[in-house]
Amino acid sequence: MISWRGVFKRFLSDPVAMAAGLVLLVLVLMAALAPLLAPQNPYDLMQLDIMDSEMPPAWKPGGDERFLLGTDSQGRGVLSTIMYGTGISLLIGLGAVVVQGVLGITIGLLAGYKGGWIDAFLMRLADIQLSLSTLMMAIIALALFNAAFDANTYADYAIIMLIVVIGVAEWPKFARTVRSSVLGEKNKEYVDAARVIGLPARRIMWGHILPNTLTPVLVISTIQVAEAIMIEASLSFLGLGMPTDRPSLGSLIRSGFEFIFSGSWWITFYPAIVLVVLVLALNLLGDWLRDVLNPKLRRGDN
Amino acid sequence: MHILAFLIRRAVQAVIVMFVISLIGFSIQDNLGDPLRELVGQSVSEEERDALRDELGLNDPFFVQYVRFLGNAVQGDLGTSYFFKRPALEVIMDKFPATFELVLGAVFIFVTVSIPAGIYCAIHRDSWFARIIMTGSIIGISIPVFLTAIFMVWLFGVELGWLPAFGRGDTVALPWGWDTGLLTLDGWSHLILPSITLSSIMLPLFIRLIRAEMLETMGTDYVRFARAKGLSTSRVRYVHAFRNTLLPVVTVGGLMIGTLIAYTILTETVFQWPGMGFLFLEAVNRVDTPLIIAYIIVVGLIFVVVNTLVDFVYTLINPMVKLPGAKA
Repeated sequence: MISWRGVFKRFLSDPVAMAAGLVLLVLVLMAALAPLLAPQNPYDLMQLDIMDSEMPPAWKPGGDERFLLGTDSQGRGVLSTIMYGTGISLLIGLGAVVVQGVLGITIGLLAGYKGGWIDAFLMRLADIQLSLSTLMMAIIALALFNAAFDANTYADYAIIMLIVVIGVAEWPKFARTVRSSVLGEKNKEYVDAARVIGLPARRIMWGHILPNTLTPVLVISTIQVAEAIMIEASLSFLGLGMPTDRPSLGSLIRSGFEFIFSGSWWITFYPAIVLVVLVLALNLLGDWLRDVLNPKLRRGDN
Repeated sequence: MHILAFLIRRAVQAVIVMFVISLIGFSIQDNLGDPLRELVGQSVSEEERDALRDELGLNDPFFVQYVRFLGNAVQGDLGTSYFFKRPALEVIMDKFPATFELVLGAVFIFVTVSIPAGIYCAIHRDSWFARIIMTGSIIGISIPVFLTAIFMVWLFGVELGWLPAFGRGDTVALPWGWDTGLLTLDGWSHLILPSITLSSIMLPLFIRLIRAEMLETMGTDYVRFARAKGLSTSRVRYVHAFRNTLLPVVTVGGLMIGTLIAYTILTETVFQWPGMGFLFLEAVNRVDTPLIIAYIIVVGLIFVVVNTLVDFVYTLINPMVKLPGAKA
């Protein structure tokens, strides 16, 4: 059995994990407190001035100290848009993983506990879904959504659509993990005991088996958040995700891309760095968690 | 006999997947956009519209319309692109060579780099170079493919100006209607950046996978016995151990095909590579429904065919294969 105190001790003695955790904490705080911390509200049109557009970072010639990391083509401070954008990226990443988790855990529990043809059917479905590739399915689903609705309706529902699409496309990873832990648990004495005293299957699954399968779920959750954020960024970059007036990190990179050629590299560069650092921190933490909590689970296997 | 059973089983599966894809394609056609508006514009009266609708069979029951759609699709008729005013399938197939050559370039880079690197990291697991590769690979996994692409365009295309960053360059038309960029120097130089980009996202994953599998097989009994038998170290490593690491690599490779196709869309968008993915995004922006459907069906077909091939290759290289569906 793993004690949480032991895990925490190992966390404190591992510099990489500490650094990743610290970076993640800073980014999350920065995003959560964006309305308080950001030097400017990039969504408030009253605060924007087109005269401020495409200014380089403050320390470069032509920079302005109001805009530490420069401004984009609409005069929004890059630092402020990054603070807000990180929040949207995180929100979609976490939301998608919650959807994945709920779907995957339910299906995994059912498949593992019931066995037989239900198991065979659900796992075959998971295989097919995995081989179709999340990004491909998400691109097609959002492309259709994009083509079917006008831009305003699309903008209103983009967050929800992204969460649902990425969530639904990635459930098999959770389902497989939960299923294999259920198979390991379901023949143990405590499950037999629960069955003998006549508890209904639903209660045995959710109340007794599930708590014992949560460690691997925690491990993959971290990596899945990283994955979801990357997928969202890719979709937004293609113009199939968040609209540019409510940008995630991906749409910020998209809106800056065309200005690279005129030399305004900072509009793309800083959001890109934040995106990579955020995903890297999550991946490193996930790798570390996996090594500590579950040495048998390896990344290449999914 | 086993091979035959396996092939039939796979064929049935492929047909089911294509059936589902065709259903999706059809329901898009049915719900997205109004073919009448595209044909006649706004100025035609309601009676004429109804007559035309009847004539085109748009008032037929769902099932009848679907069967007609399927019949046309099987004959290669996936409708006419609204934008290009040409058969959608033709428009897509014109772009196929560009995407194919891009994927070919990426696969070439990826095979020639990931296999040696993976083996090296397994054999010299504690050397500093192996550590650098492993650290690099986790950073690589965390960089989305479109950022790699942007970085390539910016560094080699804009700042250094070493390589062209947009388009395909000069192409040569081959007699069977295939435009290739592989016969001109200009075409090759255009191919370099996009194919490095496309391979970059798969590389870290496969280096890690090959390393892990190699480490595992090198510890197994048969490899140790082979060494005890007196076979040379390199023979044991490359013939006995490596051959068996290929199995999981092929499996994961098969699983990645869908992802690879998705990445071609991203890569082609950044490099404005005139392939199918770039075309698809343009079609989405123009709500060119027949083209969207044609893309989905063509990509679905490629996916199914390649997946079946991968499964087949897997059964060929696995010495102890148990074909699914056959009794052991």
